[in-house]
Amino acid sequence: MKLKGADILLKMLQEEGVDTVFGYPGGAVIDIYDALMEEKSINHVLVRHEQGAAHAADGYARATGKVGVCLVTSGPGATNTVTGIASAYMDSIPMVIFTGQVPTALIGNDAFQEVDIVGITRPCTKHNYLVKDVRNLARTIKEAFHIARSGRPGPVLVDLPKDVITAATQFNVPGEVKLKTYNPTYKPNIKQLNKVVDLIAKAQKPVIFSGGGVSLCQGHRELTELARKLQIPVTSTLMGLGGFPGTDPLWLGMLGMHGTFRANMAVSECDLLISVGVRFDDRVTGKVDEFAPNAKIVQIDIDPTSIQKNVPVHVPVVGDCKISLAEINTLVDKKQWEELEETRKPWLAQIDEWKQTTPLAYQQAEVIKPQYVIETLYDLTGGDAIIATEVGQNQMWAAQYYHVKEPGHFITSGGLGAMGFGLPAAIGAQVGAPGTTVVDIAGDGSIQMNIQELATAVQYNLPVKVVILNNGFLGMVRQWQELFYKRRYSSTQFVHAPDFVKLAEAYGAVGLRAKTPDEVASVLRQGLECNRPVVMDFVVEPEESVYPMVPAGAPIKKMLLV
Amino acid sequence: MSEKKHLLSILVDNEPGVLSRITGLFSGRGYNIESLSVAETVDPGISRITMVTKGSPMIIEQIQKQLNKLINVLKVIDLTGTQYVQREMALVKVNARADHRAEILRITDIFRGQVVDVGMEHFTLKIEGDAEKIEAVLNLLKPFGIREIARTGCVALPRENR
Repeated sequence: MKLKGADILLKMLQEEGVDTVFGYPGGAVIDIYDALMEEKSINHVLVRHEQGAAHAADGYARATGKVGVCLVTSGPGATNTVTGIASAYMDSIPMVIFTGQVPTALIGNDAFQEVDIVGITRPCTKHNYLVKDVRNLARTIKEAFHIARSGRPGPVLVDLPKDVITAATQFNVPGEVKLKTYNPTYKPNIKQLNKVVDLIAKAQKPVIFSGGGVSLCQGHRELTELARKLQIPVTSTLMGLGGFPGTDPLWLGMLGMHGTFRANMAVSECDLLISVGVRFDDRVTGKVDEFAPNAKIVQIDIDPTSIQKNVPVHVPVVGDCKISLAEINTLVDKKQWEELEETRKPWLAQIDEWKQTTPLAYQQAEVIKPQYVIETLYDLTGGDAIIATEVGQNQMWAAQYYHVKEPGHFITSGGLGAMGFGLPAAIGAQVGAPGTTVVDIAGDGSIQMNIQELATAVQYNLPVKVVILNNGFLGMVRQWQELFYKRRYSSTQFVHAPDFVKLAEAYGAVGLRAKTPDEVASVLRQGLECNRPVVMDFVVEPEESVYPMVPAGAPIKKMLLV
Repeated sequence: MSEKKHLLSILVDNEPGVLSRITGLFSGRGYNIESLSVAETVDPGISRITMVTKGSPMIIEQIQKQLNKLINVLKVIDLTGTQYVQREMALVKVNARADHRAEILRITDIFRGQVVDVGMEHFTLKIEGDAEKIEAVLNLLKPFGIREIARTGCVALPRENR
């Protein structure tokens, strides 16, 4: 059967089980859009900005565990996705991005809407392709999906010149992908796992430190089993939230710059740190030399480059986190664990003391405290909502006060920290999880970076809820200026801001506002009950800061607590 | 930790853009490239990159892992500390006045170099060997005035067991 490139693309999307594409048309991809019109099995979500398409595909991937797909035109369409691609790359999210390109004959001629997107995205994709011949198209797409979802996942970009899309060729579904240069290691080395179990047996003060890798491989059950079985307290990175139930007594809270007192203390005092699916980011380690100074460090990760990149590791384990944890659990079951409770008692008591003396806390006041909004949201949703966040204070308060229970329920731009991520990511998550409450926790700064996507939510009747913690500042930068720059608030105050309620209404969404603490619960309740996109504007304390805070470059033990 | 030179032999897909992935990795992550040479192998689908790089043991470990992570990289071999043969070639254009010509030819001879181009005022010499030998020749030729140099960078292969 002879097919045009555009039709081959759609056939391959079906082959890969893709039913949703986030995109934006343009000259270079007009033929693909023409073919899409006939294709009923693919739901195309028309965003309002290509950055929104990339973040939405990302949010969709995180909420569903499937590969997120976006489709954009050449030149500016392609460059607009770059922030979204870079964010997905940092957080290891499986995505395939299709970009249009000028016809092969014009490549390199500075043609209209031409950009070397393969060159631009080389450092922020797991891999990328320029398809120069329609005969390679099907195989390339197959490889792209294989690479995106296997091993340590990541975004893969496929650049499609216009003549490749319009040319026809014989189409056969390509066979299994076998790349001689790419073979991720899933199965861990059993000798290394035995060493891990031996270390656990000797440890008096162990801590499990989990990251995004656990959620990506759905290893949360194995992780929880190990922690509960051996009574090991668990902390995680921002990306790791949801990998262990935030309601479990063994949960320490998040680690790092805005980690809880007990998590930072526990890691600083522990004698064994079992790291699973983490990469020891600087926001987590603080001063590297003083990170977990007394601990033997175990690191389990599917990506060898993550191991020993920032911190020397005593027992490295290269392998899939889920498989590795399952095998560790099996080894643990074969061993006698006498007096486990006695051994753990002093350590757990110490942690409990830290929790009692220095819990996460804030002072209630006449004005709304942002932490109170998140706490109330948590209570009203029973902790069952999918939370997307923007970046900054809103993101940290969400991480601290919304106790996520399972993977795929905390969607945040962790590594890149891209403001404007939350709303489109929430839209993507809502498309992927239609029956679930999806809330974007935002600041008044970051919401304005992709607020145009409200139109997308309204058009597709996606009832996402936007909670704006409106403090009139770029709060996180303001907080740094307050603490480290003598309160010199250089360019962090929004002297003019839109009326978010009216803005929501102008977009066809519902707008609500709360100005006092006693209005918070009723506005949230009203917003959550509404089956339409809702923007809730909470006028909060302008100069509230996120605590605890570890100043950049300090050891995580040295926290500012007020 | 002390920085040490390492000689890496990297087998990659012989495809457009692969070299750029590798050099981009080095520039993006702040690794050093001291020399680089690339050409096709017996298998036309595969190229060999021979690279001299420098770094602490932890950095060298990362360089190898990061290279292996690139989809187009087939194999990374660190030849440092193993048995291998290596060669580099340099073309050296040196001033050669009548009263210096005999001395320059003698130096060239001692190092088993060759004259590949001659003019009234210059020789172009071909020198071959490891980096140290080439440095030695350049040092000896310096007083005569070196006009231009072109060096290939190091190429190397592991020795086979006899």
